[in-house]
Amino acid sequence: MSTYAQKKGIGATIWDYLTTVDHKKIAILYLIAGGLFFVVGGLEAMFIRIQLAVPNNDFVSAGLFNEIITMHGTTMIFLAAMPLLFGFMNAVMPLQIGARDVAFPFLNSLGFWLFFFGGVFLNLSWFLGGAPDAGWTSYASLSLASPGHGVDFYVLGLQISGAGTLIGGINFLVTIINMRAPGMTYMRMPLFTWSTFVASALILFAFPPLTVGLFLMLFDRMFGANFFDAAAGGNTIIWEHLFWIFGHPEVYILILPAFGIFSEIFATFSRKRLFGYSSMVFATVLIGFLGFMVWAHHMFTVGLGPIANAIFAVATMAIAVPTGIKIFNWLMTMWGGSIRFTTPMLYAVAFIPSFVAGGVTGIMNAVAPADYQFHDSYFVVAHFHYVIVGGVVLGLLAGAHFYWPKMFGTMLNEFLGKITFWLFLIGFHLTFFIQHFLGLMGMPRRVFTFMEGQGLETGNLVSSIGAFFMAAAIIILLINVVITSVKNEKVGNDPWGDGRTLEWAIPSPPPFYNFKQLPLVRGLDPYWLEKMEGKKGMMPAEPIGDIHMPNNSFIPFVLSMGMFIAAFGAMYQVDDKPWAIPVLILGLLIVFGSMFIRSIKDDHGFHIHKEDLLDEDDKEVKA
Amino acid sequence: MKNRLHKWRLLSLFAMIALILSGCGKPFLSTLTPAGEVAQTQFDLMVLSTAIMVLVILVVTVMFIYVIFRFRRKKGDENKIPKQVEGSHKLEIIWTVIPILLLIVLTVPTVSYTFALADVSPMEKKDKDGKTKDALVINVRANLYWWEFEYPDEGVITSQDLVVPTDQRVYFNLKASDVKHSFWIPAVGGKMDTNTDGENQFFLEFDGESAEKVKNQFYGKCAELCGPSHALMDFKVETKSPEEFDQWISDMKSAKAPKAEDGLAKQGEEVFNKSCIGCHAITPNDSRPEQARRAPNLSNFGERSKIAGVMDHSEEDLKNWLEDPEKYKPGNKMTGTYGDLSSEQLDALTAYLMDLKVENK
Repeated sequence: MSTYAQKKGIGATIWDYLTTVDHKKIAILYLIAGGLFFVVGGLEAMFIRIQLAVPNNDFVSAGLFNEIITMHGTTMIFLAAMPLLFGFMNAVMPLQIGARDVAFPFLNSLGFWLFFFGGVFLNLSWFLGGAPDAGWTSYASLSLASPGHGVDFYVLGLQISGAGTLIGGINFLVTIINMRAPGMTYMRMPLFTWSTFVASALILFAFPPLTVGLFLMLFDRMFGANFFDAAAGGNTIIWEHLFWIFGHPEVYILILPAFGIFSEIFATFSRKRLFGYSSMVFATVLIGFLGFMVWAHHMFTVGLGPIANAIFAVATMAIAVPTGIKIFNWLMTMWGGSIRFTTPMLYAVAFIPSFVAGGVTGIMNAVAPADYQFHDSYFVVAHFHYVIVGGVVLGLLAGAHFYWPKMFGTMLNEFLGKITFWLFLIGFHLTFFIQHFLGLMGMPRRVFTFMEGQGLETGNLVSSIGAFFMAAAIIILLINVVITSVKNEKVGNDPWGDGRTLEWAIPSPPPFYNFKQLPLVRGLDPYWLEKMEGKKGMMPAEPIGDIHMPNNSFIPFVLSMGMFIAAFGAMYQVDDKPWAIPVLILGLLIVFGSMFIRSIKDDHGFHIHKEDLLDEDDKEVKA
Repeated sequence: MKNRLHKWRLLSLFAMIALILSGCGKPFLSTLTPAGEVAQTQFDLMVLSTAIMVLVILVVTVMFIYVIFRFRRKKGDENKIPKQVEGSHKLEIIWTVIPILLLIVLTVPTVSYTFALADVSPMEKKDKDGKTKDALVINVRANLYWWEFEYPDEGVITSQDLVVPTDQRVYFNLKASDVKHSFWIPAVGGKMDTNTDGENQFFLEFDGESAEKVKNQFYGKCAELCGPSHALMDFKVETKSPEEFDQWISDMKSAKAPKAEDGLAKQGEEVFNKSCIGCHAITPNDSRPEQARRAPNLSNFGERSKIAGVMDHSEEDLKNWLEDPEKYKPGNKMTGTYGDLSSEQLDALTAYLMDLKVENK
């Protein structure tokens, strides 16, 4: 054990996490916050399915239902899926490239706290007069007409958390470009690192359009502008374009890291090198690139005309090719391998048929004339849940089981893990498969109820039953987490036994400086290479020396809180509340004050001295 | 686990077949029972794309099942290290090229039908009076939570129940007057958005034989989230043979403002003139500008199939609706515009409204 992990009081631990700039602790923060929002979004999903279990149900009212669907979508995409992926990126990517931290540890912390305060702000809408109710897409004519502050919470909350995401993405890009260990060339990077890299590049290009759209809407709703007001010469279709120029790449921002996690799992538990590594990298980059060329397939029925529709239809279909390459490469990775069905591997294996089903309905949606029928019906609901649950959520669950020992030093219970897996998989298909048919039978999406005698009863009931299976699965996962944490049986460097990449060459959890000596990378799957040559660990690329580390900082927390406070001021000045403008100014003062302090205060960090590192060596030998 | 996985796949296959056999939804609503040229085209494309996709799924499934059973780690093999294969150019080229070929098969009809379904050129051909020469044009205006249907060349306006002739292309101008909605008659063809900025145009064709099977009535829906009562923004499509349709149009054109005769309806007319007439018109040839047409035209209310698009067309439901519209359609624009009505007033108004008919049957 590291000498730095002394027993600390609960207060000291909390303070440590509030100020930490360590990528591994920030990963845990992302996991906790993302997990919390995932549960909230899941509860909202359950309310939706309970309401739609039977025709003419009055479990929730029409207006409340719209708030629930809006918050379900927004929460799951922005506050659950993205942060959870960021958690794994933070936990694993620096280890995979042999780095001691990310390039900008301070910004890493800032990114997290911005996301967190943005998410909390958005969810406070439930208690402060009602949540946003214009759908997660928040189409302009409806969101401008929406009364109350719901949509204001959406605009401001996403603006704040979106800034956090953008900062995080840039940080990962710089880290991967600059901080790879000696010998870790681009074409030796593990697939999860590659997908983090491409997803971060997508964030860099996709979030600015969202930011612009949100700013325009912010000015429309709060400061009397008319960007989207058709009556005053504005145009609502511009919002749709801005939203989907962001929104479609967003789907790939979510799915690519999940692809990365699965790639690691397939290789590890098949005991085989990833089949067609370079074409996998190529496919990842190509998917990312094409992801920007297809946004208008969400708008086939808007009336863009046949030329635009035809172009975007063909461009969308093109994405099937690199995605197909990936699917077959994964299958061929398993081919001839020695497959061990651990919980992460079960998720990975189940992911293939689930995601293929979601992918092919994506192609069907790309057939523009047929999409006039699918669009905004339950067929589309089924399609994107097959992609996002069957792809991203299975990836997150797989990643949670796979990387848990590396992050926390103890294994999640495999038996409970497999129960979770089966319940979730059955529930998932039960819930969403039948929704394809509901859509084809004429059920529009986002309806708070449906009437008897339209042939929609059975399908909706089956779908709702499936949702309970998924809920049960998540409850068992939570129980598993508690049991595992209480038992806390420590594991070694490579708990799965077949680790291939650098993160499995160091202790679980890694010491706060990750690598005592930066490793020398001699090829793809560096740790596997060394193991196959009979070596126990990585060959060091440098002698043991002083390690420079950054200091903890409370500034990111305070700065983010300043934004949070300013947002309240901006929102309530609409009602002419006398305190609103002062609150806005106070919040901004906190923000700029924090920036000022950060700028003028010299913070050189500290050094871990060579002698301390050598001391630890002795201890490890004894242990 | 081997068996369980196998059973699960079989089960889902059976479930799928059962679903297909159990029917494709209701023929007045389902896209799987296409009733017209447009829906048929779209259905054919669905079948083509589904066939190609099932082919893909089959290939993947066969490989998938083979792999996960054949290459399981077996007892005694715990220390075996499989051959580390880098990849195979031949295989990779195969699974790049074959999908491209499959997609080309799909692309060609996609592009050609995208253009075919967007062909609204007959709408442009106008005669001297500015009327469309050889096509029936209907202006659809979507409102928070009701639909207005205007026949501009005939000077007829109605709402909630769309009346169309069978077996000919009907052309639509689509727009919204408050927030964005989307106009969708699933059994007859795909949807198109009604935007707040600019008009959209498309056409549908209502097949006579299919229409007979559903007693000449299809269901229409709003397909874009538009507020609390989005789910309740339904409308009905009444199909008529071309002759019947011409008759209906001429009835609508010649309809005069109704004169209530018997006592109760007479009282109802007074209530109506006091409370309702500011928004609701009762003649099909409403010449006011559309901004003034703030509520559904009621000229043939007595002949419609539903009240407010979703409630039964009965006196009882009409009274319920008039008493508290908010209860049945939350967020509607009628609530609170006319004060409370006494039960006598409700009876009278109901009698009056139920008498509003234009067809000479």
